[in-house]
Amino acid sequence: MAHFTKATSIKDWLNQRLAIEKVEKVMASEYWIPKNINFLWAMGMVLVITFTMLLVSGIFLLMYYQPNVNLAFDSVNYTIMREVDFGWLWRHVHGVAASVVFLIIYIHMFTAIYYGSYKKGREMIWISGMLLFVAFSAEAFSGYMLPWGQMSYWAGMVITNLFSGGSLHADGLVEWIRGDYVPAQAFLNRFFMLHVLLVPLAIIGLIGLHFGALRIPHVNNQDGEEIDFDEESKKYLAGDKAGSKVIRFANDFMSKDMLVVAIYLVFFFYLVFFHYDFAMDPVNFDPANGLKTPTHIYPEWYFLWSYEILRPFSTNIGLMAFAFAQVIFMLLPFLDRSPNTVPASRRGLFKYWFWAMLIDMIVLTAMGKVPPIEPFGTIGFYAALTFIGLWIALPIITMFEKKA
Amino acid sequence: MKDNSRRGFMGKAFGAVAGVGAVASLYAMKKSWDPLPSVKAAGFTTLDMSAYKENELVVEKWRGKPIFVLKQSKEMLDTEGENMSKVTGKTTATIDKTRLIKVGDAHYMVTIGLCTHLGCIPGYNPDKKSFLCACHGGMYDDTGMVTKSPPPRGLDIPPFKIKGNTLVLGEEGPEYKKMKETGITL
Repeated sequence: MAHFTKATSIKDWLNQRLAIEKVEKVMASEYWIPKNINFLWAMGMVLVITFTMLLVSGIFLLMYYQPNVNLAFDSVNYTIMREVDFGWLWRHVHGVAASVVFLIIYIHMFTAIYYGSYKKGREMIWISGMLLFVAFSAEAFSGYMLPWGQMSYWAGMVITNLFSGGSLHADGLVEWIRGDYVPAQAFLNRFFMLHVLLVPLAIIGLIGLHFGALRIPHVNNQDGEEIDFDEESKKYLAGDKAGSKVIRFANDFMSKDMLVVAIYLVFFFYLVFFHYDFAMDPVNFDPANGLKTPTHIYPEWYFLWSYEILRPFSTNIGLMAFAFAQVIFMLLPFLDRSPNTVPASRRGLFKYWFWAMLIDMIVLTAMGKVPPIEPFGTIGFYAALTFIGLWIALPIITMFEKKA
Repeated sequence: MKDNSRRGFMGKAFGAVAGVGAVASLYAMKKSWDPLPSVKAAGFTTLDMSAYKENELVVEKWRGKPIFVLKQSKEMLDTEGENMSKVTGKTTATIDKTRLIKVGDAHYMVTIGLCTHLGCIPGYNPDKKSFLCACHGGMYDDTGMVTKSPPPRGLDIPPFKIKGNTLVLGEEGPEYKKMKETGITL
């Protein structure tokens, strides 16, 4: 049995039982971060803060929301918006954060792609990150159902219909997912459950995995340099702080992280107070009506690129292209055949691949927003082909990449 | 060695119990997500076919889904040949009559009013006598036959039974069974 002595302080008492000093070292003061990084490395913390805001605002919304097809719309648009003191604040924080979190996720993703932070032992960071993206997508979709407006209903109809698998015609599966022939009470209730319990649990678990995946390979840096973290941290602890390539996570790196967070929060609350409408589709302020399709159905902006990959093709090919788009980012560490872990700017053809992919996704996003008329249909079609083509080209161009 | 085989046995015994339990609970979970009996039982819709006007789309409701009823005028029946399907490349004339339901002396288009692509509700234009789905631009003619992709097939026809001047949706009559056999609807 472990030996316990009379505690000299509360801290000592806790330390004997929970080793809090050791935990603090492992998690913060002796968790080492490279010095050679920039503000893009703060996106992880920005995401943590945004997720926390989603959780807190969600808790308050949950206290008044009614998951019932007859009451849901009014519980959001009347009870929460008009009766509950500051109910509007929780709703707008929740809506804006749900939208902005994807903007940050995309920046976080493309930062990783640019600096090669998915290679050389960092594959699990990338994969767990992409699983988080999938979980966040499920969370965003299930949450979008809850106000039970026209867009909720019809997005629910269209997305659940994807599971019929085109010509496979698996209507039984679609009805099983809905619990009804059309989205109705059973559907709303189960997506409510998914939104407030199952998917958030998965997200929290995956965040744990994502952080855990960072421990061994450590954070990448601006030059993709392989740093000996043991060596550099010894140097730092011995007093050579200037010569060491690493700093403590807390409070040293955290202080910069939190400065970026502060700037972000100013932007975030500017949106919450003055431009929340961008995250609130006007069509969703009409109650759900199963007998009337809105004239133009489109998803929220963060799903537009994958929606546009589905749209220009016939059903089966569209579904295959869509499925391809959903999983292909997950495979990035294995499709990139080059051993170079350096910024894209020093990687020959990959530099052009990176920018082409980024621009193509912006084009797809824009084309997904406009109605399916010419010339947008054609532009969208070629942008979708470009997306698929770029992924097919990736292993080839990286295989012939020169060692940097 | 002796211990190992005992542990191995205990491991297998646990594995067997857990396996049975896992399969059983998955089955229960699957069944819990099934549509409820009350949901399944709700719904035979009876339509009085004499009430409809020619070339005027009426949307009825069956099992929560919109049902399109479009009574065909003489002109619509005559001009069938003009409808060219861009999907099959054939005129829809041959398919036309087979998609319509004859009640009394009149022909009706009766379909589930959900686009066969991803389930939006197409809108009807009485002048052009065609349906347009706003979601992804799919089009159908006045018998519900698809004329422009992405929809993979014409509008689905709900199970129906002709009873005198009325149509019962949800029951499978001989005319519906024939449509199913010949592949007119799924």
